[in-house]
Amino acid sequence: MEEKNKIGVYICHCGSNISDYVDVEKVREEVAKIKHVSISKTTMFACADATQNEIVQDIQENDLDAIVVASCSPKLHLDTFKNVAERAGLNPYNYVQINIREQCSWAHSDKPVQATEKAIQLVKSGIARVGYSEALIKTKISAENVVVVIGAGVSGMRSAIELADLGSYVYLIEREYFVGGRVSQWGELFTTNETGKETISRLYNKLIEYKNITLFTGAEIISNTGTVGNFDIQVKIRPRYIKPGCKVDPEKLQRVIDACPVEVPDEFNFNLTTRKAIYKNFESEFPEIPAIDPDHCTRCGECEKLCDDIDLGQKDEFVNIKAGAIIINTGYDPYEPKTGEFGYKEIENVITLPQLKRLIELNGEELIYKNKRIQNIGYIYCVGSRQKDGENKYCSRYCCTSTIYTAIVIKNKFKDIHNFHFDKSIRTYGKLELLYREASENGDIFLQFWDEDPPVVSSNGNGTVVSIKDMLSSGKEIEVDCDLVVLVTGMVPRQDNKIADILKAPIGRDKFFNEIHPKLRPVETVIDGVLISGACQGPKNISESVKSSLSAASKANSLVKKGEIELKPTIAFIDKNACVWCDECVKACPFDAIIKVQSNGKNVAEIIEAKCKGGGMCLPVCPENAINLKGYTDNEMEAMITALAD
Amino acid sequence: MANRTPKILVFSTEKISDPAIDLAGLLKLHYPPIVYTVEVPCSSAVKSKWILHAFDQGFDGVFIAADGTDCSYDESCTEKTAQIISQTHALMKEQGIAPEKLKMAAICSVCAESFVKQMNGFADQLSEQ
Ligand SMILES: Cc1cc2nc3c(=O)[nH]c(=O)nc-3n(C[C@H](O)[C@H](O)[C@H](O)COP(=O)(O)OP(=O)(O)OC[C@H]3O[C@@H](n4cnc5c(N)ncnc54)[C@H](O)[C@@H]3O)c2cc1C
Ligand code: SF4
Repeated sequence: MEEKNKIGVYICHCGSNISDYVDVEKVREEVAKIKHVSISKTTMFACADATQNEIVQDIQENDLDAIVVASCSPKLHLDTFKNVAERAGLNPYNYVQINIREQCSWAHSDKPVQATEKAIQLVKSGIARVGYSEALIKTKISAENVVVVIGAGVSGMRSAIELADLGSYVYLIEREYFVGGRVSQWGELFTTNETGKETISRLYNKLIEYKNITLFTGAEIISNTGTVGNFDIQVKIRPRYIKPGCKVDPEKLQRVIDACPVEVPDEFNFNLTTRKAIYKNFESEFPEIPAIDPDHCTRCGECEKLCDDIDLGQKDEFVNIKAGAIIINTGYDPYEPKTGEFGYKEIENVITLPQLKRLIELNGEELIYKNKRIQNIGYIYCVGSRQKDGENKYCSRYCCTSTIYTAIVIKNKFKDIHNFHFDKSIRTYGKLELLYREASENGDIFLQFWDEDPPVVSSNGNGTVVSIKDMLSSGKEIEVDCDLVVLVTGMVPRQDNKIADILKAPIGRDKFFNEIHPKLRPVETVIDGVLISGACQGPKNISESVKSSLSAASKANSLVKKGEIELKPTIAFIDKNACVWCDECVKACPFDAIIKVQSNGKNVAEIIEAKCKGGGMCLPVCPENAINLKGYTDNEMEAMITALAD
Repeated sequence: MANRTPKILVFSTEKISDPAIDLAGLLKLHYPPIVYTVEVPCSSAVKSKWILHAFDQGFDGVFIAADGTDCSYDESCTEKTAQIISQTHALMKEQGIAPEKLKMAAICSVCAESFVKQMNGFADQLSEQ
C-alpha cells in the first residue's frame, strides 16, 4: 500500500466550542508543516453545507488522496464526511475523523494551552493514520425480501403486520400451538382496559387477512446457516394430531377432552389447575383448532374413537426458509420465586401475580382461593427484581402498574376487598401514575420497605400474616392479616433460549438479548440482519413492546427491500503466508466466521466475509500476527501511536 | 519522571467506552490532557504488539477502557480482554516494564465519572513512580 502524499486537513472551530479553548490556527500551522499535507484549513463549521462543498471542491481540484477532519465526535459526523468524500470521488475510507471537541476542547477547557498541544498531537495522529488508509470497497450481496419473525406474542404479531404492510414476505414462527404469548393470559390490561384475549383476537384477525404472512404454530427454528440477506433457516413443526380441515364443534370437543385420560398441570394457568393432553386454553383461542400435547399424550386412542379429525399418526414436519432478515420476538418468563421466598410453596395462600391474574379469570362472582373467600390481599413488590444481592438488578417495569391496576380491577369486580401493598417505592411512571392515585383513592394501603428489611410472611395458626417495618411511618412495625399474599414477580429471560445459540445473538448483562446501543441502535444486534424487539430485549409493557416491534419491522424492511445489502468492509483479513493454522482464531471468533482452507499446499485460515463482524477478537490471539483488521491495521494503529507519543 | 507529566494512551471502544469518554467532555469533567485515546471496535481486539509499541514510543501508561459485560459482540469479552492483559504483562516483564503501567477497567457507555476517576488515579500513580 502506498502512503498518501496529498492530504487535506480541516480543523473546525465548531462555532466557538472548539476555538474557545483550542487555538485552531496554531493547530493548522503545526500540521501544515507535515510533508504530505497539501491543504490545511480552519473552518467555522465543518459540517455546514458550504464547507462540505468546499471540501468536495478541494478534493477534486487538488486531486487529494486523503482527508482528515478534526471536529466533534465521530459518532455525530463520521457519515457526513464519508459522504463528502464519496461525493468528491474519494473512497470514504481514505478519510479519518479526529475528535478535538468532546475529547479535547471540552474535556480540557480548564487548560487551554495543553488542550491546544493535545489537539496538535491528535490531528497529527489522524494524518499518520490516513497515510496508511486503504480504499475499501463495500461488498454487495443479494437479499431476499423475506423476514422471519420468531414468536407470535403481541410484539411478533405487530412486527409481522407492519412488515407485511411494508411489502416484505413474513414467516411468523410460534413455538406454542396458539398465538398471543403472555398477553393472552392476563384478562383486563392497563392501559386499554381491553382483555388480553380481545387484544390478541384483534391482531390475529388482522394478521390472517394478509397473503404475505405465513404463520407456523408448534414450530421452532432448529438451525440457521446463511447470513444477512440470505439466512438459511430450518423450522421444525411438531404435529398437532388434528387434521387441518377440522371444523371445531365446541360440544364435541368437550366430549373428546372429557374422554382423554391424561391430566397434567396447566402451565397456562401457572399450575393452579390441570388440563388434558388434548386442549385449547380458552374457547376463542387461535388458531381455532385444538392441539394434542405430544409430550404427554400416551397415544391411547380414546379421542380418536370419538372424532375423525384426530390423527395420531401425524409426524414432525421440516420446512426450509430463505430469509433476508430475522426479528427475535420471543418475550420473557415470569420470575419463579424460590421455595420459601416470602413463604412461596410453603405457606399455601402465597401465590404470584401471574397466578392472581389467572385466578381472577377462573373465578366468577367471588374471589375464591383454596375454597376460601378472599378479602384481605397483601402484595409484596419487586420479587425477583431490583435485587440488591440476587442476580436480577433491573426493575421489571410492568409490575408496579400491573399490580395496582389489578388491585383496582379486583375491587371493582368483587365485594369487600382490602388491598395492602408492600412496596419498595412505586414506579408507575408517566401517565400510569393516575392508576396509583385511583388505587389510593380507593382506600388501598401502601406500606414501604427497605432492601435490608424486607417484609416477612408467616403463618400464625389462624392464617397468614405479613409483617413490615414501614418506612413511611418511620419504621413502625406493622402486621397485616392476609387471606392471600401475592408476590409481584418480575420478568426474566425465557428459560428455553436455544434460539440465542442458533442465531448467535448476543446476550447482555441482564441475560436478555442485547442491542448494539440502547439509544442509537436500539433494535439491532451485532449480527447483521438479526433484530430484537419486545420483552425478549428486557422488561417492557405492551405499548413499549409494540413500539420496539414496529421499529424492528421498519429496520428489517429497509434492510432487505432493495434486494441488495452492502456489507461493512472493516473486517479481518489473513496473511496466508504467515498463517500456520493453529486454529486459535477460530476459537476466538464468536461468529464462526473463520474456516480452514488450503493455500499453497498448506492449511490456512480464511475469513468468511459475510460472517465477520469486524470486532477483532481474533487479532490478539494469533501467535504469528497473521491477522489484521481493515481500517485498524498494525500500520495504521502504530502510526497513530507514534504520532501521539511524539 | 519527576519533571515530566506522564503520558497515557487509552484504548477505547467505538460503541461502549468511547461514548463515555465523549460524555466526560460534554459534562466538562476534567482529566489530565496527557490522556490520548485511540478507538478500536472492541477491547478484546487490542494487540499486545500495539501496547508494547506505545511503551517503546514513550507512553508511560496504557489503559484499556474495556467493554466488560456490555460488549455487543460477545459475552466472552471480559475474559478475552483480561487474557490480553495477562499475555501483555508477561511480555512487559521480559522487557523490564513494570506491570502497573498497563491497566484495564470496564467503562460502560455512560461511565464518564468512572473514566475520569480512573484517569486521575492512573496519572497520579504514574507520576509517583
Ligand atoms: C402478570 C403480568 C401482567 C401484565 N399485565 C400487563 C398489562 O396489563 N398491560 C401491559 O401493557 N403489559 C402487561 N404485562 C406485560 C406484557 O405481558 C408484555 O409486555 C408482553 O407480553 C410482551 O410481549 P412479547 O410479544 O414481547 O412477549 P411474549 O408475550 O412473551 O410473547 C413471546 C412469544 O414468543 C414465543 N416464543 C418464545 N420462544 C420462542 C422460540 N424459540 N420460537 C418460537 N416462538 C417462541 C412464545 O411462545 C410467545 O408466544 C404484564 C406482564 C405480566 C407478567
Ligand atoms: S416495576 Fe415496581 S415492582 Fe416491578 S421491579 Fe420495578 S419497582 Fe419493583
